[in-house]
Amino acid sequence: MAVNYSAKEEADGHPSGGIGGPGGGAVGGGGGSRGAVKTRKPDNTAFKQQRLPAWQPILPAGTVLPAFFIIGLIFIPIGIGIFVTSNTIRAHAIDYTGTEPSSPCHKCLNVSWDITPPCTCTIDFTLEHSFESNVFMYYGLSNFYQNHRRYVKSRDDSQLNGDNSSLLNPSKECEPYRTNEDKPIAPCGAIANSMFNDTLELYRIDNDTRIPITLIKKGIAWWTDKNVKFRNPTGDGNNLTALFQGTTKPVNWPKPVYMLDSEPDNNGFINEDFIVWMRTAALPTFRKLYRLIERKNNLHPTLQAGKYSLVITYNYPVHSFDGRKRMILSTISWMGGKNPFLGIAYITVGSICFFLGVVLLIIHHKYGNRNTSADIPN
Amino acid sequence: MADPIRWARYRWQRLISAGGEGSSNSSNKCYQSPKTIGKHRIVIPCLGHFKEEYEKVSKLYMNNKIRTTKYTLLNFLPRNLFEQFHRVANLYFLFLVILNWVPLVEAFQKEIAMLPLVVVLIIIAVKDGLEDYSKYKMDKQINNLLTKVYSRKEKKYIDECWKNVSVGDFIRLSRNEIIPADMVLLYSSDLDGICYIETASLDGETNLKQRQVVRGYSEQVSEIDPEKFSSRIECESPNNNLSCFRGFVEHSNKERVGLSKENLLLRGCTVRNTEAVVGIVVYAGHETKAMLNNSGPHYKRSKLERRVNTDILWCVLLLILMCLTGAIGHGIWLSRYSEIPFFNILEPDGKSIPPALAGFNMFWTMIILLQVLIPISLYVSIEIVKLGQIYLIQNDIDFYHEKTDSTIQCRALNIAEDLGQIQYIFSDKTGTLTENKMVFRRCSIAGQEYCHEENAKRLESYQEMDLKDEDSADCQDGSSIHMSEWQRHNCRTVNEPLNRKSLNQLSDSYPALGREDGAGDVPHSGHVAFSSPIETDVVPDTELLEKFSQISSHFYQQSEDSSELALETMYITEFFLALSVCNTVVVSGPSQPHQKMRLSSLGGVPIKSLEEIRQMFQRLSIRRLSSSPLPSVKDSSSESPNSFVSKLSVFRSKLVSPALDGAAQRAAEPPNTDSPENSQVPQELDMVNVAAGCEYNTAVSSVEWSQLPKLCYEAESPDEAALVHAAKAYKCILQSRTPDQVTVNFAGLGSLTFQLLHILPFDSVRKRMSVVVRHPVSNKVVVYTKGADSVIMDLLRTASEVATNNSEMEQKKIKERTQKHLDNYARRGLRTLCIAKKVMSDAEYAEWLNNHFLAETSIDHREELLLESAIRLESELTLLGATGIEDRLQEGVPDTIQALRKAGIKIWMLTGDKRETAVNIAYACKLLEPDDRIFTLKSQSRDACALGMRKILESFQKNTSSKKKFSHKRELVSASPSTQAPGFSAGLVIDGRTLEYVLHDSLQNIFLELTEKCRAVVCCRATPLQKSVLVQLVRNKLKAMTLAVGDGANDVSMIQVADAGVGISGQEGMQAVMASDFAISQFRHLRKLLLVHGHWCYTRLTNMVLYFFYKNVAYVNLLFWYQFFCGFSGTSMTDHWILILFNLLFTSVPPIIYGVLDKDVSAEVLMQLPQLYMTGNKSMAYLPSTFWITLLDAFYQSLICFFVPYFTYCGSDIDILSFGNPINTAALFIILFHLLIECKSVTWIHAVVIVGSILFYLLFTLAFGATWKTHNPPSNPYWIMEKHMIDPVFYLVCFLTTCVALLPRYLLRVLQGTLFPSPVLRAKQLDRLTPEEQRIAIKRWKDDCIVNCRVEFQATFGSSSSAVGAVSEEESIASVLPTSKTPFQACSTDGLVEDTVLLPDVQDQSRNTNDLNSEMTICLNPSKETTSDTCGSSNSRAEVSMCASKEDSSAVSLTKKV
Repeated sequence: MAVNYSAKEEADGHPSGGIGGPGGGAVGGGGGSRGAVKTRKPDNTAFKQQRLPAWQPILPAGTVLPAFFIIGLIFIPIGIGIFVTSNTIRAHAIDYTGTEPSSPCHKCLNVSWDITPPCTCTIDFTLEHSFESNVFMYYGLSNFYQNHRRYVKSRDDSQLNGDNSSLLNPSKECEPYRTNEDKPIAPCGAIANSMFNDTLELYRIDNDTRIPITLIKKGIAWWTDKNVKFRNPTGDGNNLTALFQGTTKPVNWPKPVYMLDSEPDNNGFINEDFIVWMRTAALPTFRKLYRLIERKNNLHPTLQAGKYSLVITYNYPVHSFDGRKRMILSTISWMGGKNPFLGIAYITVGSICFFLGVVLLIIHHKYGNRNTSADIPN
Repeated sequence: MADPIRWARYRWQRLISAGGEGSSNSSNKCYQSPKTIGKHRIVIPCLGHFKEEYEKVSKLYMNNKIRTTKYTLLNFLPRNLFEQFHRVANLYFLFLVILNWVPLVEAFQKEIAMLPLVVVLIIIAVKDGLEDYSKYKMDKQINNLLTKVYSRKEKKYIDECWKNVSVGDFIRLSRNEIIPADMVLLYSSDLDGICYIETASLDGETNLKQRQVVRGYSEQVSEIDPEKFSSRIECESPNNNLSCFRGFVEHSNKERVGLSKENLLLRGCTVRNTEAVVGIVVYAGHETKAMLNNSGPHYKRSKLERRVNTDILWCVLLLILMCLTGAIGHGIWLSRYSEIPFFNILEPDGKSIPPALAGFNMFWTMIILLQVLIPISLYVSIEIVKLGQIYLIQNDIDFYHEKTDSTIQCRALNIAEDLGQIQYIFSDKTGTLTENKMVFRRCSIAGQEYCHEENAKRLESYQEMDLKDEDSADCQDGSSIHMSEWQRHNCRTVNEPLNRKSLNQLSDSYPALGREDGAGDVPHSGHVAFSSPIETDVVPDTELLEKFSQISSHFYQQSEDSSELALETMYITEFFLALSVCNTVVVSGPSQPHQKMRLSSLGGVPIKSLEEIRQMFQRLSIRRLSSSPLPSVKDSSSESPNSFVSKLSVFRSKLVSPALDGAAQRAAEPPNTDSPENSQVPQELDMVNVAAGCEYNTAVSSVEWSQLPKLCYEAESPDEAALVHAAKAYKCILQSRTPDQVTVNFAGLGSLTFQLLHILPFDSVRKRMSVVVRHPVSNKVVVYTKGADSVIMDLLRTASEVATNNSEMEQKKIKERTQKHLDNYARRGLRTLCIAKKVMSDAEYAEWLNNHFLAETSIDHREELLLESAIRLESELTLLGATGIEDRLQEGVPDTIQALRKAGIKIWMLTGDKRETAVNIAYACKLLEPDDRIFTLKSQSRDACALGMRKILESFQKNTSSKKKFSHKRELVSASPSTQAPGFSAGLVIDGRTLEYVLHDSLQNIFLELTEKCRAVVCCRATPLQKSVLVQLVRNKLKAMTLAVGDGANDVSMIQVADAGVGISGQEGMQAVMASDFAISQFRHLRKLLLVHGHWCYTRLTNMVLYFFYKNVAYVNLLFWYQFFCGFSGTSMTDHWILILFNLLFTSVPPIIYGVLDKDVSAEVLMQLPQLYMTGNKSMAYLPSTFWITLLDAFYQSLICFFVPYFTYCGSDIDILSFGNPINTAALFIILFHLLIECKSVTWIHAVVIVGSILFYLLFTLAFGATWKTHNPPSNPYWIMEKHMIDPVFYLVCFLTTCVALLPRYLLRVLQGTLFPSPVLRAKQLDRLTPEEQRIAIKRWKDDCIVNCRVEFQATFGSSSSAVGAVSEEESIASVLPTSKTPFQACSTDGLVEDTVLLPDVQDQSRNTNDLNSEMTICLNPSKETTSDTCGSSNSRAEVSMCASKEDSSAVSLTKKV
């Protein structure tokens, strides 16, 4: 019973909307007809008549044969290149969780966040090959779901960006790590609260003497993170303690955020260890850049083959969730860390394409001709 | 502000009334006693002493302002939202949004979760808003039209806008003005108180309808003075019944005069032929009948959409499954930890949730996260794609019909893809398959047949384009041959050039006229109905002409002697008189299309029967002769009155008899009332001159003859027009028709004026119409009847008992012979009509009249009494003769039908015609092949019918089991060898009566089983109701896609019931078009509509839908896989904005373009290889397996897309969003390139859109990454894209992922294209060939494709019942094809299209007759169908009126079906 008639139709000047398009039809028609020789004949354009020139991606074997061969020919070299690159990368990982009773760190297995004095343990290891270029020192965690939805959310980027109002009034997302004893937590949230706080030190054992290896702690975070995304609160002076006035430290932290480091440009929110931690890992087994070992000169490798000792200040409890902790030393290539997968994948896919190309060639010879002969005379 | 309130009240009232009277028959309303006030409306003019009451009453009624818009500025938002949330999809969205507000399960930021909903709502709202705005503009235009309303202040008619007209206003309209509101006619400038209106804009009928001034007002001398109008009008409440109006006028003296629909002028109609009318508005605005009848566009749901809905349910199931996995996984993951790990955050209150509850919460979180799996954007996309498809269909130049300047109209926007899946076509015959241009072909008079060979020849060679000249020459010949000697000399020389010229001008100017006629929105662009040259020109039969020329008044008067020759002459005379008298044709001059030829009615006053003239003039002189006030003359030249007067004076001077003085005055009137006729004045006045002065003037009379072709007949049905034109060819020219007299110019006798005593109009029960006239010569009451032969033959005077009388013997002989001729006509596919007459004595007539008046005035059983009365009159008839009218097949019909059948579509012809005619048309249009075996089902009882069907089925089984033995007793196997082939083809012919039995519940199944085995079914004598029931039956029981195509009101119900209704905008008005989903102008357009556009729309949409499913599943699964690595915690590795926008922005346009523009096979190949249609027919493109394969592929691709990056970055220091970025980017590439693989044709538009999408994505992520540094949780994508852009691994990962993911699909397509190409694929390959190669390839295709197809179809549809149909269909094609492989094929230039056409047309005639003889007829309890169909017909009438059609139009269509 709707009382509407197709106005569109009438507007087009079609024969009136019939029953109920009373005047409308007549008027519309009248208006249209006065336009002299205006007919309803549609325009004869390629688009309207659906005659646009078109490329037809018909895919008979004959046409696509080259494509398969070309893909194969491109993929296999790429794969080999990647594979070789990956193999030149030196990497060494040490698990120091201490779940095995034999491990030197076994004693520290059940530490809690703020145990004093800290439990330390030392693990000795040997590098078979020397590390020629710059070495990246990572800590790795396993079974740590840094990508848990609610964990990931539990932060306040505004606060971390130095927004003063957010500093004192953190986002609700930070609950239940938003306030402690009625004071806002800075930095708030579960991510910050669970920040990795083991200390790793590396010594080269050269004839039973422990030579400490310089670990550079700056330059491990993304430049943009350090300089744009993470900002300390602004205010009078550079005294971080004053700037963080009115806030409290995260529950698990032994000391407030403005005491993370002695250097002012690596303290507070722009502490690089903190920044690195705040970039939540995608997978439950991950590593994060901890320190850099720069190559001193061209004469000596960064880490020559030999014995090394890793001294761990064991603060971070992972035993409760069956987590594991590792220390990883790795050099890096243009394609990042050591990962043979990509190279192998490229080689495999390239080979498959090549093989398929051959199969299609056979098919094309066997069936393709029959097919075309059925369609095309001669 | 008052308007919305009034509107609301009005809506409310309508709701109430609809609820209260929903079930009651609408016609009951007609018979409600008008006395019960309250339910009725009282209309009082806002004048004088009524003022107070007027304020009280009339103000309550709606004014004439219309508002068809749904929304106003104020209520747009709430109302549109309210309506949008009626959709399930939007509710789902809303549910998700609300769910996201629950903190426990929230997965996205709140504003992000609302984004899809908001976008969809905005898109739809904008669309609705635009639609509504165009309506608003249209309303405004209509509301501001001007009309003349009587103003009380100024005491005169002033211009007012339509919207200011209110109930009780007096309105004065001039000729060609549109009626602004429903009003009661109080005054007409016409002397008889008649007003003609054209209802073209209401129902598309171009013929004029008469309306009568309210009784009591017609005698008024001058125009009605509103000031003095002191009556009140009471009428029924507004209703939508166009054919019914009840009420009365109560004069101040309490005298009541009844009102009927004859007094009502309907809004939207146009006043024609009448200089001025005055009426009082009774219904205005939305309460007018026209507006109440106006139901908005109707929506059907397409089969594909239903299919999509079920698959969406599958998606829902999949979603639930995935969410359950997530929930359970989360529960297990949580329970693995004895104490809560610190990455699992406690509730704000410090408590932890048990794993089970956490799992439950996770379920809902996952639903929000994976919501995209339910492709909501699909609905919006489908809608947009359909709009695009419809746009392209409407712009197809092939649907443009030059002659009518019409192209296809898509009235339903959402079932275009159904056109690609049609399995059954139900077609009307007349006007659909045929042109509905009735051409007089043969006649039989007094048992003597006149073949009209010339006429037949003319028809065969007839080509409309270049024959204008010939036609006029023909006509000229016809008329000149006829002219009696005294005319001949001059006429030839003087007249020929003139005549030819005028005719040419005439035919040329027709379309122009119609269009220039500003207000007249004539749908057929100016063609006066039923008067194309082919119909109007009839070449007389020479033999008949010979006899005819002997007729003179001399013979006629002697005919009483009943001498042998004279008797025949008498028959001939009477026959043609009957042809020209027994009808309801309105005569008008063509230059003024609806101008009555009144002047000329006196033009040829008989030379001899002065007595008659005197009689007539005496009657005339009683009438008021005072001149009516001269109305504003719009277009007559200023000098014409002068010239008229001067001529008049000459004319007067010649007058002798005082009686003739009346004639002069009478003759003087028309120029006043019909002043534009003055353009023709000189010649016509000459005619008057001749007439009145009885002067013999050859020159003048020749002019008169030249005038004759200008007569324009407007008939209710084309048959009537054809008959009148036929009579005209024999110089028995219908000159004028007024309500009480008919003037016929009879060559030999001069002008005869019949006093019209009574018309018994046609109805489908009686199947005949009669006219009672007083014969001017014999002065007797004569009844002329014409009707269906079956009916008339039984009403003839039975002469058998005492066949002593010579004439009675003769009559019997005539009857037999005529019957023979009739059978012959029917066999030739002609429409037959019998003409009979009856002479009554005055006493008899008076007696009948008495009874008839009783019947007319009775209130109860009026219909029955009237019927009885009619039957009483129409008895004891004398048969005069019979006519055979040919309804030519439309252009390209056989082609189209053959192509459609090759496409696997079963075609049924449902017609109201008789069996022989129907069968012959079926043969002519290739619905039945000469080799087909025809089973005819015609039985008198249900049991017999069942038996008959079983017999036929048995014979089928025998046929298939033992292929060589056709031993059944009743069978008569045609000798053609093709029936010996395993799949023989059969046709079924069913009679209307039998149809009734067949449609009974118990027989439906066997009937359907039977029809499934026949390749064509012809149902004759089918009523509209039966038609729709048949369609419904096939649609519901066989679950088949049906398409109904028709052109008339009788097809409306069928069109509405079918899945796709196609209306043919032909001669029979707009009823079918209004009800249809697609309106085309020619049947042959159906071929392209189905084979090309249907196929395209279907494949496009299915591919797009499948692609959408693929896209969403593939994309969402990425998230799902990630859940296995994040403890099923509902984390997404992609930024939420990008996640949501991925579907809304980055990948939304390419599928839409794909859905609108993809072209798997070119139109040319599709047209030539109808077999390709079967892909849609059998839903090949969208089988359940296709769906699951698509999903499987989606799963595979998502696995690849996730795990290649996973293994690449596994164990590295990658963070969440950096991990997600390559996945997301690769997914974009995969999804877009997948589209390219699936695309059948890539145009620059595709390229632009795909490249644009990729660029947009990159730009967006770059910009996003550069700016959103504090974008809150989970973490922001700050600088990630930028970092990746310089990372080679990113590129390597994306490249590898894309290639590996698409490899299987690509390989599949390659192998498919090479090893087992589908017919469509092969056809696609044809497109690449040169035209020459293509033609040969197509030919080759036809030879071996059938085998291929059959194998394939058999493989695909092993055992389903429809498969059997398909296979047999194929076989039938196989069996047909060899026959069409004749030498024609080799030499034809256009491949298969050509050769199929050429062949049969030649042999048509002879073969048909043979076949008819050899056809097998199962005829149980055969008896004459005297009263058959009575029941069905009455049903049909009910049905037709139910479909809100106008009574008149239904009568039209039924007349046609005689």
